[in-house]
Amino acid sequence: MSISQVGRKTPARTRLSHPALVLPLLVYLTAFYAYPVAAMMLRSVAEPGWTLENFRRLFENPVYLHVLWLTFRVAAIVTIAALLLGFPVAYVLARIDRAKSNLLMMLVLLPFWTSILVRTYAWMVLLGRQGIVNQFLLAIGAIDAPVQLLNTSFAVYVAMVHILLPFMILPLYSVIRGIDGNLLRAAEGLGATPIGVFRQVLLPLALPGVSAGCLLVFILALGFFITPALVGGPRDLMIAVLIQQQVELFNWPFASALAVVLLAAALLVFGGFARTLGVREALGRVSR
Amino acid sequence: MSRDRARGTIRRARPRSGPGLGVSSIAALVLLYLVFPILVVIPLSFSAGTYLSFPPPGFSLRWYENFLGRSDWLGAASLSLWIGAAVMVLATALGAPAALALVRTDFRGKDLLIGFIISPLIAPVIIVAIGIYFFYARLGLVGNPFALVIAHTCLAVPFVVINVSATLQGFDERLEQAAMNLGATPWRTFWQVTFPIIRPGVLAGALFAFISSFDELVVALFVSGTSAVTLPRKMWESIRFEIDPTIAAVSTILIVLTGVLFLGAELLRRRSERLRAAVVLPDLPAKDARRGV
Repeated sequence: MSISQVGRKTPARTRLSHPALVLPLLVYLTAFYAYPVAAMMLRSVAEPGWTLENFRRLFENPVYLHVLWLTFRVAAIVTIAALLLGFPVAYVLARIDRAKSNLLMMLVLLPFWTSILVRTYAWMVLLGRQGIVNQFLLAIGAIDAPVQLLNTSFAVYVAMVHILLPFMILPLYSVIRGIDGNLLRAAEGLGATPIGVFRQVLLPLALPGVSAGCLLVFILALGFFITPALVGGPRDLMIAVLIQQQVELFNWPFASALAVVLLAAALLVFGGFARTLGVREALGRVSR
Repeated sequence: MSRDRARGTIRRARPRSGPGLGVSSIAALVLLYLVFPILVVIPLSFSAGTYLSFPPPGFSLRWYENFLGRSDWLGAASLSLWIGAAVMVLATALGAPAALALVRTDFRGKDLLIGFIISPLIAPVIIVAIGIYFFYARLGLVGNPFALVIAHTCLAVPFVVINVSATLQGFDERLEQAAMNLGATPWRTFWQVTFPIIRPGVLAGALFAFISSFDELVVALFVSGTSAVTLPRKMWESIRFEIDPTIAAVSTILIVLTGVLFLGAELLRRRSERLRAAVVLPDLPAKDARRGV
């Protein structure tokens, strides 16, 4: 054993820290974050008087049920699309040399850093009636008159996948980067086809990244507000937009009930996923 | 001969280095999809036309003049800067000591506490926003800029805790021990030994906190009322009611500003990794120690 290792075992009392240092933050978050959210959730069953009326209204009205179903469907499709598009990027970035991948990573990080509002606006510009996509389609003769792209489900999917894609790529990248390249080469050397290498070696090893990315994207998509509100049509009402509308109509207890359902869904997904497939390690690696 | 054939087989089976052409081109297309929208907004902001037509009919700075010449836009921008700066200070003051406690000490329920502190990052913002809105509505704080600072700090604090924790992990505590053995008080040790080493992480966390507040829309949408209109809130209204290229100009400014700030934070983070690796007392292996004797 080395001398320095003996020295490393520092007695707790001389360490430059104390659990109490976390107290100011704990008090702050409890007062200004946890308490308001808890009080809001209580409102859903306590107004007017103790009642489950707000939830009954939610689950009995087909309009609201449809919003819930739509929200889940959008979140699921966005997650799958982000996985299919993000995996090749993460794989390529992880398998080329550092200098190149650091450079290309900027193409992932620049949109990641840009505010969601700006990115959504960019899609409004692209997909508008006079937008570039329409003009391009007109120029190549694919259409005769501008088509409605903005305020459709298509716009919601395209913009949401664009905004959430970095949340898929980053955890995938960090997991794939950690895979020993020799394993892939060994499989190829032993005669596996590229698809075989992918299915039998790469995918199982990348699974923690896949589930961490899917978890992040799905939960963020469930609560998405800005993008569906701006580029979606009247038929693409997602739950966060419905909550905002109900707040503006002063249906606060009902808005609270919707928020409780959204939070429960997010927690359920998180709890279900977090236990499996090494999500914790993958998320830990990303946040570090 | 058989050996030659074997070698030949091996050579033929030797895999390509790096990803194949097919997957690379898919990745290139996806990367294009990621950056293209952002690259389109920038030229539009210099358009001479009144509408968002592409390609822009001519070059002009009129939309930047429009932004800089209108008091509602400038007022919103300066309010956002002030709120962001206040959030940065408050979130750092609360988050950095918390990170010190979370990384270095052990207590019951620590994992739960970490989950709670990080949760504002993952919880749907709309839920946090309406919770805070109902709370402020009862206290009559809607439209108060200080109320926005308090709310934004809750959302910004995880960035500080994550960044500072990352710098503290792998910090060689024997440096502090040495300082204290030499008679420095814990307070002095912190400021002269600990802080200089973790400073890049603290700064990176502070920058993230600033940007998270500067960009924040959903909470501001509810809490800013009519008297505390932040830049994202002003943009939101403008996008919904008057689509002219002024928004493109504001967006370009934001893209450049956040790009520069994040790049700064990223460089700070790398610097802190290097610094941490450099300022570590060498581990003397046992045989070297013996040789010394």
